[in-house]
Amino acid sequence: MSGVLHEFTTQVPEWRPRVKPIELANATPEQLEALQVTPSNTQVSDYVLVLANDVETLKVRSPLFNAIMYGRGGLSRAERELGAVGASIVNRCIYCAAVHASRHNQLTKDETVIAKIFADGENAEIEERQAAILNFAVRLSRAPSEADPEDMRRLRNAGLSDEEILDLILSASLFGWANRLMHTLGDPVARDDANGGSGR
Amino acid sequence: MSALASNDVVTEQSRVLPGEAAHEALVARAEVVAMTQATHDAALKPKDPGGLSHAERAALASRIARLNADAGLAAHYETLMHEAVASAEVECIADPAFKGSGRIGALIAYTDLASTAPKDVGPSDIEALKQAGVGDADIVRLAELNAFLAYQVRLIAGLKLLRGQG
Repeated sequence: MSGVLHEFTTQVPEWRPRVKPIELANATPEQLEALQVTPSNTQVSDYVLVLANDVETLKVRSPLFNAIMYGRGGLSRAERELGAVGASIVNRCIYCAAVHASRHNQLTKDETVIAKIFADGENAEIEERQAAILNFAVRLSRAPSEADPEDMRRLRNAGLSDEEILDLILSASLFGWANRLMHTLGDPVARDDANGGSGR
Repeated sequence: MSALASNDVVTEQSRVLPGEAAHEALVARAEVVAMTQATHDAALKPKDPGGLSHAERAALASRIARLNADAGLAAHYETLMHEAVASAEVECIADPAFKGSGRIGALIAYTDLASTAPKDVGPSDIEALKQAGVGDADIVRLAELNAFLAYQVRLIAGLKLLRGQG
């Protein structure tokens, strides 16, 4: 297919579904509630309209997503985004990687960490705390059994608390979920403008 | 919220016990734990299962747990599979050696790839589901089931490592 992106980027692409999104005009009250459609908010992405095909899961997943990525305390938001990026690289979800790499850059006001990760993957030469976080997210994403006590020790040696490590486990695992939706149900395609998207 | 539900699947499977540091961390995120259980129930036992029955969902979940070398979680889903009164054919789905044919074969092919090598899922894999008669809404239900399992099995593995018995 033309225009499908295969390389990592921080420019958020468009997402072209491989299955039919629901039509808003025919949406059930339950779907409208899950989509949070109101008279003042009628803009819903194709991705969310695709997920509305399974409204019971969508309804409970959205608040879970927000709690894991934005909940107070624990791991910093930028480091949760790093966990999301680690998973998205392993699963080659170009769309999710773009959204969460650009959020990481916005939060840290630094583009060099993501640039190194996109260039060298898990072997990127970055500061040890970030490297330990990336390493753990990558290994847990490849296969749950691949993350081992040594990876956990590395997180602790880098100064992460139990609460912070739990938040990292949650964000990396959550993107095992998000990547399997975004990457399998549609294609990332180049867009003309540089608007943001919702990689979740 | 401050307590964890006694029948919470992730807490039970990771064997995190009161008094452990990992338990305190989970209690601090009790809302996330409860929402995780709600997504388990929505993916496995939805009120409207569409074209993917509760028994098929539980059998696929048990298969995914086995593909990820989590015997305890596989047993949990096998229990759900029996509760849903699975047919002999549907019970076969739980065995990773069984590949099936037709519609069931297509559900299994997508599941095996999405569970173990999601980066390799391409347009032709979604097309194969459509060719086997799986409708668009059921493809989304199947993807959500797989995606939820990928999250749950990693959360459990991570928690086991956190409490030092990975």
